[in-house]
Order: sequence, then structure tokens, then C-alpha cells
Amino acid sequence: MATDTLTNHSAHAPEHEHHDTGAIKVFGFWVYLMSDLIIFGSLFAAYAVLSPNTAGGPTPEEIFELPFVLVETFLLLFSSFTYGMAVLAMNDDRAEQVRNWLVITFLLGAGFVGMEIYEFHNLVVEGFGPDRSAFLSSFFTLVGTHGTHVTFGLIWILVMIFQVSTKGLTDVTRPRIMCLSLFWHFLDIVWICVFTIVYLMGVL
Amino acid sequence: MRQKKYPRIFNILPLLLPLLLSGCGSALMAPKGEIGSELKSLILTAFGLMLIVVIPVIVMTLLFAWRYRHSNLMAKYAPDWSHSNKIEVVVWLVPCVIIFFLAILTWKTSHSLDPHKPLADKEDTLEIQAVSLDWKWLFIYPEQGIATVNEVAFPVDTPVHFRVTSGSVMNSFMIPTLGSQIYAMAGMDNDVHLSANEKGIYPGRSTNFSGAGFAGMTFDAHVTSEQDFQAWVDKVRNANDDTLSFPDSYRQLAEPSEDVPVQYYSNVSPSLYKDIIDSFRYGDGGQGAHAGEHDEVAMSAEAAE
Amino acid sequence: MFGKLSLEAIPYHEPIIMVTAAVIGIVGAAVVGLITYYRKWGYLWSEWITSIDHKKLGIMYFLVALVMLIRGFADAIMMRSQQAIAAGGAEGYLPPEHYDQIFSAHGVIMIFFVAMPMVIGLMNLVVPLQIGARDVAFPFMNNLSFWLFAAGVILVNVSLVVGEFAKTGWLAYAPLSETAYSPGVGVDYWIWALQISGIGTTLTGINFFVTILKMRTKGMKLFRMPIFTWTALCTNVLIIASFPILTATIALLTLDRYLGMHFFTNDLGGNQMMYVNMIWAWGHPEVYILILPAFGVFSEVIATFSKKRLFGYNTMVWATVAITILSFMVWLHHFFTMGAGANVNAFFGIATMIIAIPTGVKIFNWLFTMYRGRVQFTSPVLWTIGFIITFTLGGMTGVMLAVPGANFVLHNSLFVIAHFHNVIIGGVVFGMMAGYAYWFPKAFGFKLDEKWGKRSFWCWLIGFYMAFMPLYVLSFYGAMRRMQSYENTSWQPLMIVAWVGAVIILLGILCTVIQLIVSIRDREKNADVTGDPWDARTLEWAVSSPPPYYNFAHLPEVNSIDHFWEMKKQEGFAAQAPTQYHDVHMPKNTAAGPIMGIISIVFGFALIWHIWWLAALSAAGMFVTFLMRIFNDDIDYHVPAAEVERIEREHHKRLEMQA
Repeated sequence: MATDTLTNHSAHAPEHEHHDTGAIKVFGFWVYLMSDLIIFGSLFAAYAVLSPNTAGGPTPEEIFELPFVLVETFLLLFSSFTYGMAVLAMNDDRAEQVRNWLVITFLLGAGFVGMEIYEFHNLVVEGFGPDRSAFLSSFFTLVGTHGTHVTFGLIWILVMIFQVSTKGLTDVTRPRIMCLSLFWHFLDIVWICVFTIVYLMGVL
Repeated sequence: MRQKKYPRIFNILPLLLPLLLSGCGSALMAPKGEIGSELKSLILTAFGLMLIVVIPVIVMTLLFAWRYRHSNLMAKYAPDWSHSNKIEVVVWLVPCVIIFFLAILTWKTSHSLDPHKPLADKEDTLEIQAVSLDWKWLFIYPEQGIATVNEVAFPVDTPVHFRVTSGSVMNSFMIPTLGSQIYAMAGMDNDVHLSANEKGIYPGRSTNFSGAGFAGMTFDAHVTSEQDFQAWVDKVRNANDDTLSFPDSYRQLAEPSEDVPVQYYSNVSPSLYKDIIDSFRYGDGGQGAHAGEHDEVAMSAEAAE
Repeated sequence: MFGKLSLEAIPYHEPIIMVTAAVIGIVGAAVVGLITYYRKWGYLWSEWITSIDHKKLGIMYFLVALVMLIRGFADAIMMRSQQAIAAGGAEGYLPPEHYDQIFSAHGVIMIFFVAMPMVIGLMNLVVPLQIGARDVAFPFMNNLSFWLFAAGVILVNVSLVVGEFAKTGWLAYAPLSETAYSPGVGVDYWIWALQISGIGTTLTGINFFVTILKMRTKGMKLFRMPIFTWTALCTNVLIIASFPILTATIALLTLDRYLGMHFFTNDLGGNQMMYVNMIWAWGHPEVYILILPAFGVFSEVIATFSKKRLFGYNTMVWATVAITILSFMVWLHHFFTMGAGANVNAFFGIATMIIAIPTGVKIFNWLFTMYRGRVQFTSPVLWTIGFIITFTLGGMTGVMLAVPGANFVLHNSLFVIAHFHNVIIGGVVFGMMAGYAYWFPKAFGFKLDEKWGKRSFWCWLIGFYMAFMPLYVLSFYGAMRRMQSYENTSWQPLMIVAWVGAVIILLGILCTVIQLIVSIRDREKNADVTGDPWDARTLEWAVSSPPPYYNFAHLPEVNSIDHFWEMKKQEGFAAQAPTQYHDVHMPKNTAAGPIMGIISIVFGFALIWHIWWLAALSAAGMFVTFLMRIFNDDIDYHVPAAEVERIEREHHKRLEMQA
């Protein structure tokens, strides 16, 4: 009815209905990342408020081991590089390369998570678990939330490895690889904030 | 739609009641203390300033709706008129001006009526420590060495420094007729300065919901002459041989109980208030780096988060 | 095996709860029976439950909200009756054990499960139509959002019959909400109902933000969008920025309760002030999330029914943006009495007052829309006029509360209760009722009965003032909030007046129920054949009522504000037969959303009762369902041009028959 009066008389040929869905997906993912940023922001704020509250338990200097964190950091930073290589391969339409770079990224990321679990485990075993003090609660939660995000990213990488292998680089898999790229780099940036504010500032 | 007009007018009247009721036993409109009085005039001033906008808005609403009703063909109809710089200037400027005055008032009174601001020098101020428990109020008189439950007394025209903390969850200490309330929080030493300028018995209570016995968490504030106050202190001192100290007798008192009757402790340990706060700050046991020091009101920095 | 759950969790010896449960059970069984008898399960599943259509999701949101309004209001009337009798030592009929759950549930239900879904429901129904789009940017996510919300609704209702609800107030302040002081499952129900539905809300925020920015039809620049869409945009910005704070805060409380951490506990370094700050950093934007869409509704309604352009469109937009930004800078006004210093208090007080300025400007703009218009007193207009007066009064009391000094004696008193009900009922509820009446014909193809609509309005208006003006007065006598009983018998008469007001509001709700029944009965008589029953201005009225599932056969091209109105003025209301139809690309319905939603109920329930194996299993179930969705390539289809043509021609035929 009036939908038609509205389109007027102009020769409106083929619809420009085909909004670029891939670009919209990536934009939407950016927006989601902003909301995730606020979650992390809240956790950083909690850490800032609570880190002095050691309640007779260990202080940051007493439990952080910078060399260990440095190795973790390099694993993660390097994994961002390898993911970047995967995206370059995607732009070059080289599905097999994409898959290979994703595998390497996965291994590096898994190494990061493994080291973090190791660090947490040791602390808990010593009696310095998240229930010991507010400082430890906020430490475990901030760092652990980041680690949980990385873990979800690892699962996502596995899914993408599978999908790229079976479907190749399509209009469906490409935006997903882009979104995962955003996710992965975002987590890298958050980690930089974490090791600066938590580990470095805790020890210095 | 004629009948629309009448009920609306009735609707506004009840809001004017507070003004009509001042002096009729209303805690806020018939305050009994200096702080309370200043707060009353603050409330009325803010109310008045807002009415400058609110009354015209209500009048215009009824007027415009009535005059420009569909059936009134005599009224001018300008369907595409949707902008006027003059109107914009007025509707932005007038509220700005009012808010500007209110902002100045706010700045001034936030400072002058700051609960933490002392009303007099320390020597002329009576210190009373209030601890919210489940579900009663413990009052400690450090200078007099006594403590009471659910009853507080102080002389008229005397500045009182209430130091407030909690032995359990978040509460809020308030004697409505006298003025401001302040939150009671475990591990923290909050405070509010109040004074009364008329003798009497004034109800007090916690205003922040704290659990099952919250409704009964009331106390009476007895404002008396200086002599009667001394007599009251002596009464409490001689009431019994009960000593309130940390941790044992305190822990017993802190057990949850509701609608608790007035209780007196003729003796109280001088560090009880501090011990209660420390027990939360440093975990049970009270070891910590600040033993022996008065905790500053570390509230501002933390609350500014 | 079953964690903390046992048969004792069911409150057998509570008559009120048992009777309520019986009623819900009987009504539920009747509904299920009727659906089975009329063989409608297939229809329900394929047309509604798995629907990704924004219009249907919008209807479902609003419907659930109306049902929950009944539960939330039942809580309200129980509270009013208790306070009407529990004076001077009388204990009333609700011991604190119950009363404390009731006021907590009342707040949670009204905000999260009545007001929010009404707002989100209207946005769902209206926004894609107003911007000339076929659906939202992410239809599957939209469906998922609804079912996560529904999961929250179910959990909150289960808490009535299995276990208990929180006894902490609607925001569950720490340390009262910590395990030490709330060892039961009540706070855990609160946690999971809000956390699960909160994720849904955040996803909605992202969805609509992207939709409005990326899917507007050709020619619809931002400053040609309808005002309701503008307010929706700002609302979704608020959601995206504030709900993550709620998610984080509830998560920290969860960690305290489940893993013994110390974020907000009294011991080992927890900081209860941080809870208050964080929860209100979410809480204040939340109330603007509720009110901005209501403002949008009033803008649409008053322009349509004054037969006149909205006054000051640009100013309205900038005022809305200003409110959006300012709403993040005022949160401390909810706890002036916590003891921050004078400078901090003054800053937040002044920031709060500044919000009154753009809000006031909007009110004047509505008034000047009526000025020199031709105002028809339909029920949406009555709601609007009632809103302008009521909300103004409520805003005034808000500015009074914003002065820290005044706040020191008004905080936690009935003044605060009266203030926020003043603005939420006068603002949000009235706005939602206006939007409900205004857009009902678009959703269903027939108008609501005007007579019963007006009766509902008068009951709400009179009832509101009777119920809440006494509370303002009582606050001056020192009456506080959340009191199960009170000593001072001189308060009782006004409490009784307030109770009468609540009863009158109840009549208003009943009028709305009757209105729906009568309207369905009279739907032929009140049919909306043209799609434009109000002679309105914006794009949603350019399609049939209800719209075809693809919304527009041809996406419109606009070149002004109120493009539809301009077109009507120029060309008349003639239905032109179009020359050509095209295939339309549409998303398919999906079962993944409802399945994930249902599993999330089990997940939440399992966590509440510490049934760890079930929690792990349901988490895995949700994950697997999500993976299945990821691996599903069959998620969209094309509607053939012939089908579109058939539907459009039917509509044209109806129009011609009517003309």
C-alpha cells in the first residue's frame, strides 16, 4: 500500500537491501567488545580499590614472579602476531595457511592459559587462594576473567580451524575470523593493562 | 472532556500538606535542633525554587490542552509551526538560572551542613559512640565509661559528636527530629555532629534496611538539662555491675535479637569501639599495623570511587 | 545428588504462597489444556516460540510484562495492606520473613520484569518499522535475548514455591546479601535471575544500537529519524555502557557467595562501599533506560494527536543526548549519607540537578507541540497529559533529594519511595500504557477499546496520587522505607489512605484486562484496515496492520522528518499499484534460542541449589546448542517476489473494499 507510494516514482531497480552483512557483524562485534571492556573496567576498578586489603595475607610483591609473567606475556603477544598472519593469509585467500596460523596461535594461547593455571594452582596450594583476602579475590578474578576469555577464544579458534578446513573461506567464515581477530587482539590489549597495573605496579 | 480539570487540582493539594503541617509534630518540619532547622529551611527553599517552574508547567499543560482541544475551532491552528528561538531561549535559560541558584545553595549547604563538620571545639562536645547490631543500637559513652542499649541521652544545647559503626550489616543512624543521618558500616568509623535546642524525648532508628528485626531497631533520645543528664549517667553507672568489654560480653550482646528492651552497662572497656572496628578491619583476632591509633575517617577517598 | 534441594524447600505451611501456587497451577494447566485441545502447539512453536520476527518478539515481551505486572502489583497491595494494619505494636499478617521477600521481589519484578520488557518490547515492535528496515541487525540474537529474559522470569517465579527470594531489598546491598547474613537461597535466586536476563538485555542493547546505526532505509539520516528511535538509540547506548557493570557486580557477589571470596564481605578486606558504588553506577543509567523510551512515546503521541509537528525536534535530540551523558555522572546521589565529604557530595548533587534542565526543555517542547495544534483526547493523550503533570512533580521532588543537605534527612524515608514511584509510574508506566494503546493496532490489526482505556487511566491517575501523596507527608514525620511494622499509630490513617489508592490502581489494572477482552471481542468493529488508524506521521504507519512479516515490500526512501506525513499531504491516501516486486531476503526461525533459554533455567536453578553436576551438564548443553547454531548454514531464505506480490495485492484489495 503506502509502502509503494513511499518508494516514489524513481526507477528503484534492484534493492540496495543487501546491506553488507559481514561488515555489520564485525561492527556489532566491536560494540560487544566495548561492553566487555566495561566489564574489565569494573574488575580493574575493584582491583584498584581492594589491592591494598591484604588482611594479613600475602602482598603483591610477595607472590608475583615477573620472569614468569614475562614469558606468559610473550606467548600472548606473539600469538597476536601469528593471528595477524592468519588474517593476512585470509585476505590472500589461502585457506590452508589460515588454518596453519590458527593452529600456531592456538598452541601459543594454550601455553599462556596453561602457565596461568599453573600460577593459580601454586598460589592456592600455598593457602593464598582467592578466599584468603580481598586483594587475592580481586587478583584472581581480574586475571582469571581474562584467562577465561582467552580460553573461550581458544575454543573459538578450534571451531574456526574446523570450519575453514571443511568449508573454506566463505561469506560466513570470513567475518567470523575477523571477529575472532578483534577478540584476540582485544584480549592482548587487556593483558597489557593487566600486567602493567597488577604485576608491574604490584612489584615496583 | 470537561471533567478532566477538577481531579487534577485535587491531585496537587495533598502535596501542599507538608507546608500546612509544619509545627504539628512533624519531625522534619518541626525540628528540635540547629542542624534540623537548617535542613528544614533548605528543603523549603529548594521546594519554593522548583515551584517557579512546576506551577507554570502545570498551568500551561491544563491551559494548552483545554484551549487547543480538537473541538475548539476558534483557536489558531498552526500545524507546521515547530520552532521558535524565543521559546528555546526561555525554556533553556529559566531552568538554568534556577539550577544555578540551587547549585550555589547546594555547594554552600553541602559544606555548612556536612555531617562530619564539628559544631564546636572538642572540649565542648560530648562524644557518643553508636554501634548498630542485629537488631538494636549500642551506645558507648567513652568519657563517662558507660554503655546503653536502645537509649541515648545528652544535654540540651550541647554539640554531640556521634561516632558510628556497625557490628554487622550496613545500617544508618538517625534521630529524625534533630537532623542528618549517617551510614553505619562495619570496620569503618563514620560520624555525624548533631545538637538539640529543646528538651524532650525524640525517636531514633536505623533507616537502612538490615534484616529481619529492622522494623524494631528503634531507640529513644532523651534530651535533658545538664543536671538531669548527670543524674542519668549516675543512674546507668549504678544500675548494675555489668561490664561490656571485647570480645566476650560484647559477642553475647551482638547475638541476633529483636525488639530489645533498654539495657544499661555500668562499665565499659575504653577500647571497645575501636576493638569492634578492628575486628572487621583486620579479620577476627584484630592483629594489624595500626594498633593504638585512631582511624581517620577514611571514608572520603573510598567513597569517592 | 540434589545439592541443597529437598522437599522442605516447598513452603507447605505458608497459606498465601500455597494458594498462589495453586492458582498459578490451575491457570497454567487450563492454558496448556486449551492449547492442546485446539491443537495449537505446532502453531505456537513455529509462529511464536522460534520466531526471530522483531514484531512477534516485541509482542511477547510486552505480554510477559503485563503478566508480571500482576505479580508485582500483588506484592504491592500486600505491602500496603500490611502497613495499613501493622501499627503501634500490631504485627500484621506478614512477618518480616515474608514481608522482606515481598518488598524485595516487588522492586526486582517491577524494574526487571515489567518495566524493562515493556520498554524493550516497544522498541522491538516499533524501531525497525520506524527506520524502514525488515528486521534488526541480528535476529537470532534478538530471539535469544527474549528467551534469556524469559528464563529470568521463570526463575523469579519458581522462587515463590521452591525455596525463598532475597530478603535484602531489590539491589541486595552487601554485606546483608553475603552468605554470612543471607545464608539461604534467596539471594542466589536474585543473582541468577538477574544475571541471565541481564545478558539478554545487553545483547538487545548491542542489537538495536547496530540496527539503528546501520540499517536505516535510504535517505533516513540520523536527524530525520523519529524521536522514538532517537530515544531508543540513546537507551541502547545506556544499556551497552551500564549493564556490563551490573554483570560484573553481580559476578563479584556470586564469587563471594560461591567461592568464599572477599569483594564485599565484612571481613578479610571486603569493601561494602564498593558494592554500593558499582551497583548504582549501573542503577542510575538504568532508570534513564526506562524513562527515555517513555519520553519517545510521548513525543510520537503528542505530535500525532495534536495533528502538528513535534516542537523543537533538534532540541529534543540534543536534550536526550545530554541526559544520556549526564546520567553516568550522578550515581552517588543514591548514597549521600554514606559519608563522602562535602566536595564530593556537592559535585554529584549539582550534576544531578543539571539533568533537570534538558528534561525540563523536553516538557516545554511537548507543551508547545500542543500549542496551536488540534488536540484529540484519546487515551494515549490522556496518559501524556497525566504524565506531564505527574512527572514534573516527581522531578521536583527529585531535585529536592539532589540537595545533599535535604537528602540527609530524606534518604531511606518514604519520601524517596514516593519520589521514584512518582517518576516511574508517572513517567514509565504512563508512557508504556500510552505506547501500548498507540501501537496496539499496528501489532494486531484492531484498536483497543477507548472507553475502558480511559477508565484505566483515571483509576491509575487518581489511585497513584492517593497511594503516594500520603507517603510524602509521612516521610516528614520520620517514616522510613521497608518497615514491616511501626510504633507510631498516628501514621496509620495515611497508611490506610495509601492502601485505598493501591486498590484504585488495582481497579485500573482490571480495566486494562477488561479492555483487552472487550477489544478482542470487538475486533471486527475496531479493525484497522488501512494501517494508519491515527492519521500519524512516521513510517510504521505506512504498512498494513499487522505488517507483513517482511515489513516493507519495497524499502522506502525518505527525504524529511515525518516523511510519511509529508507524502500523505502531497499525494493523498491513494493506494497505487506498484509496478514490480522483488525477492526478499529473510532470516529463518530458530529453535536454538528457546532451547538455550530453557537450559539456562536449569542452569540457574542448579547453581542456586548447588547441584553442581546439573549445572555443568546444562552449561554444556547450552554450549552444544550454540555450536549447533554456529554450524547451521540453513539460517535464511528468500521470499519469492510472487509471494510478496500476493500479500501486497490482498492488502490493496482490502483497502479498496473499504474506500
